[in-house]
Amino acid sequence: MADANHPNAELHAEGKDAAHVAHHFETPAQQFAAGKLGMWIFLVTEILFFGGLFCAYAVYRANHPEIFIYAHQFLDKYLGAINTAVLILSSLTMAWGVRCAQCDQRRGLILCLALTLACASVFLGIKYVEYEHKWKEGLLWAGWFDPGENLGEEEEGKTEKGEEGNVEGDEEGPGEGTAGGLSRVSQSENGTVPFGTLGQRPRHVGVFFSIYFALTGLHAVHVIAGMMAIAWILVRAAKGHFGSRYFGPVDLVGLYWHLVDMIWIFLFPLLYLIH
Amino acid sequence: MTESTSHSSSGEQQGLAHIVPVPVLLAVFAALMVLTGATLAATWVDLGGWNLWIALGIATIKAALVALYFMHLRYDHPFNALIFVVALAFLALFLSLTLLDTLQYQPEIDQWSEDRG
Amino acid sequence: MADAVSQPDNYLTHTRGLRSWMFTLDHKRIGVMYLVSIMGALALGGLFAMLVRTELAQPGRTIMGPDAYNHMFTLHGAVMIFLFIIPGIPAALGNFVLPIMLGAKDVAFPRLNLASYHLYVLGAVFFVFTLLLGGLDTGWTFYTPYSTTTDTRVITAVTGAFVLGFSSIFTGLNFIASIHTMRPPGMTWFRMPLFLWALYATAIIQVLATPVLAITLMLIGAERIMQLGIFDPELGGDPVLFQHFFWFYSHPAVYIMILPAMGIISELISVFSRKHIFGYKFIAYSSVAIALLGFLVWGHHMFTSGQSKLASMIFSALTFSVSIPSAIKVFNWLATMYKGSISLATPMCYALAFIFLFGIGGLTGLFLGALATDVHLHDTYFVVAHFHYTMMGGVLIAFLGGLHYWWPKMTGRMFNDLWGRIAALIVFAGFNLAFFPQFVLGSQGMPRRYYDYTRSLEKHPEFEIYNLLSTIGAFLLAVGLVIVLIYLVHSLWRGRRAPANPWGGATLEWQCSSPPPHDNFPESPTVGDPYDFTNLRYDAERNEYVRKT
Repeated sequence: MADANHPNAELHAEGKDAAHVAHHFETPAQQFAAGKLGMWIFLVTEILFFGGLFCAYAVYRANHPEIFIYAHQFLDKYLGAINTAVLILSSLTMAWGVRCAQCDQRRGLILCLALTLACASVFLGIKYVEYEHKWKEGLLWAGWFDPGENLGEEEEGKTEKGEEGNVEGDEEGPGEGTAGGLSRVSQSENGTVPFGTLGQRPRHVGVFFSIYFALTGLHAVHVIAGMMAIAWILVRAAKGHFGSRYFGPVDLVGLYWHLVDMIWIFLFPLLYLIH
Repeated sequence: MTESTSHSSSGEQQGLAHIVPVPVLLAVFAALMVLTGATLAATWVDLGGWNLWIALGIATIKAALVALYFMHLRYDHPFNALIFVVALAFLALFLSLTLLDTLQYQPEIDQWSEDRG
Repeated sequence: MADAVSQPDNYLTHTRGLRSWMFTLDHKRIGVMYLVSIMGALALGGLFAMLVRTELAQPGRTIMGPDAYNHMFTLHGAVMIFLFIIPGIPAALGNFVLPIMLGAKDVAFPRLNLASYHLYVLGAVFFVFTLLLGGLDTGWTFYTPYSTTTDTRVITAVTGAFVLGFSSIFTGLNFIASIHTMRPPGMTWFRMPLFLWALYATAIIQVLATPVLAITLMLIGAERIMQLGIFDPELGGDPVLFQHFFWFYSHPAVYIMILPAMGIISELISVFSRKHIFGYKFIAYSSVAIALLGFLVWGHHMFTSGQSKLASMIFSALTFSVSIPSAIKVFNWLATMYKGSISLATPMCYALAFIFLFGIGGLTGLFLGALATDVHLHDTYFVVAHFHYTMMGGVLIAFLGGLHYWWPKMTGRMFNDLWGRIAALIVFAGFNLAFFPQFVLGSQGMPRRYYDYTRSLEKHPEFEIYNLLSTIGAFLLAVGLVIVLIYLVHSLWRGRRAPANPWGGATLEWQCSSPPPHDNFPESPTVGDPYDFTNLRYDAERNEYVRKT
């Protein structure tokens, strides 16, 4: 397939080696373009994957705005904002890292990747704090929603989950299928938000938390996966694999990471800033 | 170490891909932080139903900045941007028809809930 | 040269040993492994089908009780859909053929391709666990609230389907990237074979729709394991929302099934009429149109589920639109055949059968898409017959046609064409006998997924004979398929050695040897019009087509 891309077969072969071009690609450019396209297609699948949950969010918020307005008071919007800032910072360091790879700045690349990982860890740390608080308060998803006695209404303190006794002895083995026995009665510890401050509690408030945990939980899983990918790139960077002629993997992991950030950019106002 | 294709003849491409200048990266970062602050600030003002749309609008701008600059879409093959937009379009399709339907039958569910007591 | 006594080195002999297959990066080997696996899935799904039909052959209990019956139809559907028909043509035939049709050495991401296959196997393992650990009785559609409360093995099944979904996504991703970035010089978009257009359109759907299935399955799991609650009305959830989620994938999924099949038919009709495909651009565009329009109609599965009237009307109207590009293809195929030089080799028999059977299947879809008639026909055997005509009469028939067409290329052997045609006839007859009566049963009101119809017999005594005929047809169909298996396997040992181009195709895969060498083309192939047969002449002595020099 002789053409303008291959002026000199030897130089070309040498270039291909330095650029780690796989045998089925003709040129580094073709490989790079294919890799990019492939990663963007993967990001498309991630958008549609999260999209299902965004759809659930939209449906429930449109049909039950009162649940959302009521329940979101239990989310700390400042923690959410810090997390947003942390992820945006991590996006900066990631993009900078790609730039370092493109400019043959190995140390810069390693530093940027390490910083990205650090930011991601902070993010997860804050999420842990938030989740722990919710767990203690019994503010969980619908089936396990049990905010304890500190609330104004009847029909709470129900410790049976999944009404109609839908306990399936599933093959998921350990423990009972439902959290039937766990009573999450929690007195409101000093400082936690007293339940019911915003008037009467609407029915099925747990639905908000179902969506909250589904969205942020799935997001957190993606953060963890991203961290693993970045760690792998970091190891390879330390070994000197990347440079101006070959930085595809850094770029592609970066794209994934930016998507994770982007999803959070939407989650933040949708979950934390409901009015 | 020079490879004939790696130094651009066209001038705008350096090597395999465009390299984003540091000032651009920092500017985008700053913009994102400011916009985050703006989103937060908007919650202190009560604009009723508009709050949601303002928040989503700001989020969209932030996402666009991330996509265009951090993710290089501004400098890439336009096709990559196209598929990103197409994904969003299909998501919008999914959301809108499902929302339309659920909103339509919601009154029946409310009725059922009420009847049960 | 192709009839040489000793086979030259090819992709089958290139390396040996189990590990060289399990860890191969060669798309051809991956395709072959997929082929063997999905034939296994076809057999397993077919076994469940035969059990269902045997039970229904007579009213009352025939061979099993009602609970077992629920498992049978569920597993038949789930295995056939997730393990056979969705991966089917793209994975088994597409993987093999696509890179060669592009004149390339492999797909864009060979390791991802291998991962796709291993994910398929993993998904299949989960399905086997489901079978062994208690089965599944929810119907392949997993509707809530039953799927979130039944005590059958829903979680292993949805995990299997989830894993298979990613196998499908990665295949689609690979194909899109390959077609975009690895076309050879001279092969513009409109000089690509139509099979590649079909695979491309299919890949678009795989990539956009399957993730929604994935999240839906995950939510079922979450509902079962931790009572997430978004589909449970007691907790404020909405079971109809589940159906929206599920069908947003599963309707486009049927186009994942049929588009590659139509792509094969485009190839077969042209080659076996020795005539340039008529309306190339229309067929190409219609593939993409079907892919896109297919996303607009999912609510037509939900007309009687509690979907609002407004949404139902919108979906019904949109459903009519999707029939148009399909019809365009059929007209173009017929126009291709007109004044062509028709050769009734086995692949062509299947292609002709496809046009007839898919025609019926597609037309009956209109009855179901029309809101007013669907209310009467929903959940009856009319639906069952409709989708078997399209999925089996369409996709399976096209798959068999493609399998026979590319068999010489993949294996280096010719099968016995006489037996091929006999079996095709038996399959055709058996299929129609099995499924045509079901249209009648359905329009007379026999519900689907029902264990027994005894109580209907008073008003509808004919249910008995139609069910019996349907079962007989199913057995006849099975016989036909078994015959296919026998002579194909037989050809591996005793078949005549295949030349590079036994059928006279003008697409690039016919320029390499049969079977192809490890990296497909020792010299770059000549790219031209994929449907221009004027450069080929038939060499009667060697029974192959060669390029006119």
